[in-house]
Amino acid sequence: MTLIVSDLCVDHGAIRAVDHVSMKIEQGQLAAVIGANGAGKTTLLRALSGLTPTTSGTASWQGHNLLHAKPEKLVRFGVSHVSEGKSVIPELSVEENLNLGALWRRNASEAKETRQRIFETFPRLEERSTQLADTLSGGERQMLAIGRALMAKPQLLLLDEPSLGLAPLVIAQIFQSIRDLTTRMGLTVVLVEQNAMSALEIADVGIVLNLGRVAATNSAQSLIADPQVRAAYLGY
Amino acid sequence: MFTFIDTVIIGLTSGAVYSLMAISLVLVWRSTRVINFAQAGQALLSTYIGYSFIGLFDSYWIALFFAIVLGAGVSALIEILFMRTLFKRNTGPIAGVAPIIATLGLLGLIHGLIGIFMGGKEAIIRPPVSNVGYTISGHTLALSPLKLVIVSAVLFLMISLSFIFTKTNIGLALRASAYSPEIARLAGVKVDAIRTLGWALAGAAGAAAGMLQTPNGTGALSPDSLEFSLLLVLGFIAAVIGGLESLVGAVIGGLLLGLVLAFVIMYVSATLPFMTAFLLLLGVLLVRPQGIMGRKVGRRA
Ligand SMILES: Nc1ncnc2c1ncn2[C@@H]1O[C@H](COP(=O)(O)OP(=O)(O)O)[C@@H](O)[C@H]1O
Ligand SMILES: [Mg+2]
Repeated sequence: MTLIVSDLCVDHGAIRAVDHVSMKIEQGQLAAVIGANGAGKTTLLRALSGLTPTTSGTASWQGHNLLHAKPEKLVRFGVSHVSEGKSVIPELSVEENLNLGALWRRNASEAKETRQRIFETFPRLEERSTQLADTLSGGERQMLAIGRALMAKPQLLLLDEPSLGLAPLVIAQIFQSIRDLTTRMGLTVVLVEQNAMSALEIADVGIVLNLGRVAATNSAQSLIADPQVRAAYLGY
Repeated sequence: MFTFIDTVIIGLTSGAVYSLMAISLVLVWRSTRVINFAQAGQALLSTYIGYSFIGLFDSYWIALFFAIVLGAGVSALIEILFMRTLFKRNTGPIAGVAPIIATLGLLGLIHGLIGIFMGGKEAIIRPPVSNVGYTISGHTLALSPLKLVIVSAVLFLMISLSFIFTKTNIGLALRASAYSPEIARLAGVKVDAIRTLGWALAGAAGAAAGMLQTPNGTGALSPDSLEFSLLLVLGFIAAVIGGLESLVGAVIGGLLLGLVLAFVIMYVSATLPFMTAFLLLLGVLLVRPQGIMGRKVGRRA
């Protein structure tokens, strides 16, 4: 077990956004956390990467306590978070956005190498490397956001709704890349998605959140086959 | 003809100093999204520090070095002690303006402290090189060695700061932290330290402005120096004219302001500088609301 969350509660004032959530995700697994808008997915992810203070419970990654640690510290433990809504800086160029992710490593040649590998995964980024991120399409921005996170050579990747606002064809392409990256780089991935079907299709395991609570957790295949889950989240 | 050339020279020199002040305001704005009104006080304090070091070492240049280094230190300290706490504590409806109002308070505090420790003492900084103009065919120009030093120092600072901002890793971290602290932190940037660095660089630029401007003027320092308040207002106007985001813009804004003021004083009336500065500001903002070097796209900062 490498990512262990137990009994985690997070409050936004009077609103309990994450309610006694427990989950275990094995190393190398791609876990899809699905649920409707407002289910607490973003809050859960932000709590894991140190952006949102938690009320109670614990979360650890390979023995490191994730809670009460600053995000800039967690990156150094191998945890990278791509926040909701195209986590790029529009005023910086594509290349600068990528380089930003590897600044803390202080190793320019290694960063260049990593960047080259990211360009192989997302050739579109290489073509646009000198353009401002502001000029990218939604899909390209999402690629850049993921690319920036990969520049840190993470072991645990937290992705918040990479499909948000993208066309179905682009979503399919990006999700395929996420699956390939997970396998090829041996990453552990927590993929938070409202687009439940796309997420479960590439995931190993699935966790269904409802009003901040874990409603179901199982292998992705079983969740896709589960009539209740299908009715509530997959729309058929 | 000579009057025209002299006016240009005077305009460019005072404009260069406004540029430095504008640069220090832009640096703080760019790295922390705060307008630092205390900058006038910090520059005055740094110049007093420089003055004390002139007494110790009998060298303007060594004193300039210490004024810049300690000016940076004071500025970093202000960020760590006051601004950081305010930035973290504040989530209420006045979150955006609270730090700016706080810098106004700091301005008063710094002036008060200078008054307590330095009030009533005479302090004069003499020009390190001659401020007597060069002579061409019997006419003494306004252009003097000191004015050359000032203009070159400003250009040097602008070029090196621009280089740091656009070409180095530190610069990338500075820009990222200003544009999006959250993404910068997620990328592993120690945003707190970077913000402090932004303030330190600004403190250094402000100290340089004070140390260069003082001997170019009367040379006299006083705790309630009108010259420094004027420097703040004109530096601020220059920064806004330049777009508030860009170091190059700050320099263009400063030089433009210096030139326009010099011509109005020379050819129209010496009593109009403030009004002229505000009219220029208004004019530029009406034509280009984003400032000369500002970007068109607005941004929720
Ligand atoms: N910053 C916030 N302040 C107050 N309430 C919030 C905040 N962020 C989220 N919430 C509330 O917490 C709940 C969970 O939100 P969120 O984690 O964004 O869900 P999801 O990502 O699944 O859409 C919602 O009821 C939302 O309104
Ligand atoms: Mg969300």
